[in-house]
Amino acid sequence: MELLGKTHIDFIGKRNISFVLSSLVAIIGIIGIIQIGRGAANMGIDFSGGTAMQLKFSKPFLIGDARSALHKHGIDKADLQEIKEGNMLLVKMAGAAVGKQSEVVQTAFKKELADNPFSVESTTEIGPSIGDKLRKDTLIAVALSLLGIILYIAWRFDFKFGIGAIVATIHDVLAMVAVFYLLNKEINLLFITAVLTIAGYSLTDTVVIFDRIRENLHKNLKGAMHNIFNNSINEVLSRTIVTSLTTFVAAASLFLFGGEVIHDFSLALLIGIGVATYSSVFVASPIVVILENRALAKNVQTA
Amino acid sequence: MPKGTGWRISLIAAFVVLSFLYLTPTLASKLPSWWGTFLPKDKIHLGLDLQGGTHLVMEVDTQKAVEGSLDLVATDLEDTLNSKNLRFKRISRSGPDKISVVVYEKGTADTVLKLIKDKYPTYEQSPTFDEGGFVAMTLRVNDKDAQDRKDKAVQQALETIRNRIDQFGVSEPTIQREGINHIVVQLPGIKDPQRAIDLIGRTARLDFKMVREDISPTSGTIPDDAEVLKEKSVDPATGAVTEIPIVVQKKSMITGDLLTDAQVRIDSQFNQPYVAIEFNSLGAKLFDQVTAANVGKRFAIVLDNNIHSAPVIRERISGGSAQISGNFTEKTAADLAIVLRAGALPAPVNIIQNVTVGPSLGQDSINKGLYAGLIGVLLVIIFMAVYYKLSGLIADLGMLLNILFLMGILAVLGATLTLPGIAAIVLLIGMSVDANVIIFERIREELKLGKSPKAALDAGYDKAFLTIMDSHITTLITAAVLFQFGTGPVKGFAVSLSLGVIINLFTSLVGTKVIFDLFLHQGRVKKMSI
Repeated sequence: MELLGKTHIDFIGKRNISFVLSSLVAIIGIIGIIQIGRGAANMGIDFSGGTAMQLKFSKPFLIGDARSALHKHGIDKADLQEIKEGNMLLVKMAGAAVGKQSEVVQTAFKKELADNPFSVESTTEIGPSIGDKLRKDTLIAVALSLLGIILYIAWRFDFKFGIGAIVATIHDVLAMVAVFYLLNKEINLLFITAVLTIAGYSLTDTVVIFDRIRENLHKNLKGAMHNIFNNSINEVLSRTIVTSLTTFVAAASLFLFGGEVIHDFSLALLIGIGVATYSSVFVASPIVVILENRALAKNVQTA
Repeated sequence: MPKGTGWRISLIAAFVVLSFLYLTPTLASKLPSWWGTFLPKDKIHLGLDLQGGTHLVMEVDTQKAVEGSLDLVATDLEDTLNSKNLRFKRISRSGPDKISVVVYEKGTADTVLKLIKDKYPTYEQSPTFDEGGFVAMTLRVNDKDAQDRKDKAVQQALETIRNRIDQFGVSEPTIQREGINHIVVQLPGIKDPQRAIDLIGRTARLDFKMVREDISPTSGTIPDDAEVLKEKSVDPATGAVTEIPIVVQKKSMITGDLLTDAQVRIDSQFNQPYVAIEFNSLGAKLFDQVTAANVGKRFAIVLDNNIHSAPVIRERISGGSAQISGNFTEKTAADLAIVLRAGALPAPVNIIQNVTVGPSLGQDSINKGLYAGLIGVLLVIIFMAVYYKLSGLIADLGMLLNILFLMGILAVLGATLTLPGIAAIVLLIGMSVDANVIIFERIREELKLGKSPKAALDAGYDKAFLTIMDSHITTLITAAVLFQFGTGPVKGFAVSLSLGVIINLFTSLVGTKVIFDLFLHQGRVKKMSI
């Protein structure tokens, strides 16, 4: 079976559209990162420090009641989120001292919602010093893995390909941040894990296309850059789609059936897989074409 | 059989057998007794996020340990000066690392200086100076000793916490030191996390102090040698907490480190639990002396600077046993007995991280994770079989081998499987298929050029080899960094991912290839099912 026969799609020619689209996404992503840096985004307590609890009530409740119950016991700045399935309530309090808040929350609900007993499914309390260390470690991790990958690509291909691959990877990271920022999803350690995984995946995707381009460049030194790139992308297009599809299917089943804890994590993976596939075709390759053409033009001028 | 097939098949078969062997302890609910003697016993551990439990990071307030030992030195010095009839105005800790001694005359000061030099040679001594008409001097603990004290405090705290957890009864706890002053405690499958946290985090310093009835707690002037502590009592009916301030002597008559045992007993008269304590010989002697000298006065039992109770001494108590009673449930009495037996922490600890997952949520996560994984695997298997026919089935077989090998290695390493770890495995399913997709697409291209199945197969594998290496190594780089900097669940993710990538290289380049070779080696196959 084949999804696509031989295709002749002019991917490189669509670069004006794709560049505009990607720049837009990247700008939103950069805004998101600035907001994260300022602490203005929806930060998980692993970075901000604080207390998060997951409670399971025995029957449905009104979120307003829960809020006023907490309010009565002096907790004003809590982030409440209801999960209808199973009468669950997520309570998030940033920057609170370890050990105090979770007890207050429990007494508050025990007293104010006395007719609706609950059990504590999970409690996470992170002191501010841990959050700081984690933030620092994460920054180092992201920087190091990007550096490692740049070095590897620069070694295996040449510098122009390295730039294309890294721009595409950064594009994917920004796109994931952009979506999470716009949806106001929590930026936590699991999200960072998903971002780094996708950075690796996006490169894999890009490298496969680059491999073919390199091979065709060696075979055919005279053809126009534009055509060689387009042909290469078309040749590996079914591989690109099949691989993305299988990985996407696996991640989608995590998203749909994997449960609350990894819901956002698998959402991030889904977004990432989609964006990574797009970027290796529409971002990485056109950038290399532009760089190669510029280098050629220079050579012609000097000759 | 084609050349080089034999060793490849044996290798794969050996790995399959080994994987099953190592996985048996994980999968089997009960192993025969002879198993452990010569077969592997290690199994894949479930992370706290999957089986439920508590992960704590505690910071030992080591400065308090240094201050505590300085307080002891100050008390000791007081006793020494008293016994030598040297009159002094004040001896107390002044600041984080100093003791100041104030005496009335220069003559005494010189004797004291010499005495300190003999008794505490490692302390840095200042020359005497004038302080408001009196003669003062300071004693400073040197930096190295302070550092040693801090280090020892963390070590002691670790031992004490281990002791408490052992007595509390948790299966397979992990208690380890991390960094300079952090202690990490993992309590898998714990039922009542809050109780355990209270038990571990409590300093449990026990002091017996005389009550100073002559001073009113509300009077503004509390003398230097006394302090106001609070007695908390909870009304069992309303839950209302009342605090009564009581003035006590600052100096402890007896401390908790003189205990040899503490047990919960039930009062036969009121059916109330209490904690019976036993002193060692020194403690018994002191207790005897103190009670004999203070019949009719009140004796405060102070726990972590709160007065637990302040009973009146009715008669001299010899024999070295006493009891702490009042307002206990059976649980709180049992917990107090544990902390008294295990001893006090040398310094207070602060819990700076607490991740607790209830057992039902953990089970839910395992179920959903496995369910999601199964659906993912099935969908991918069906897709591959439809899209690449027989070849797709070979790729599916490779994928299943991948999962089996990965689980096997996780078992060999005794690794911990976390929820993100399961996610990594599911992700790996997608990626393990990728290597085969790259190869198959290549083979299809070669076939279109008119090559024979055998030639197309070899060309496909050859040309795809570098691509697959490149793509796997980039993933490996990220996985390695995640492993280096990740903690807990993230680390589990990195372990699963990097092992998966390496195994995938093996199964796709060696594993599935050998099956194709077996099918195609005589060149009889005219058409490839791809």
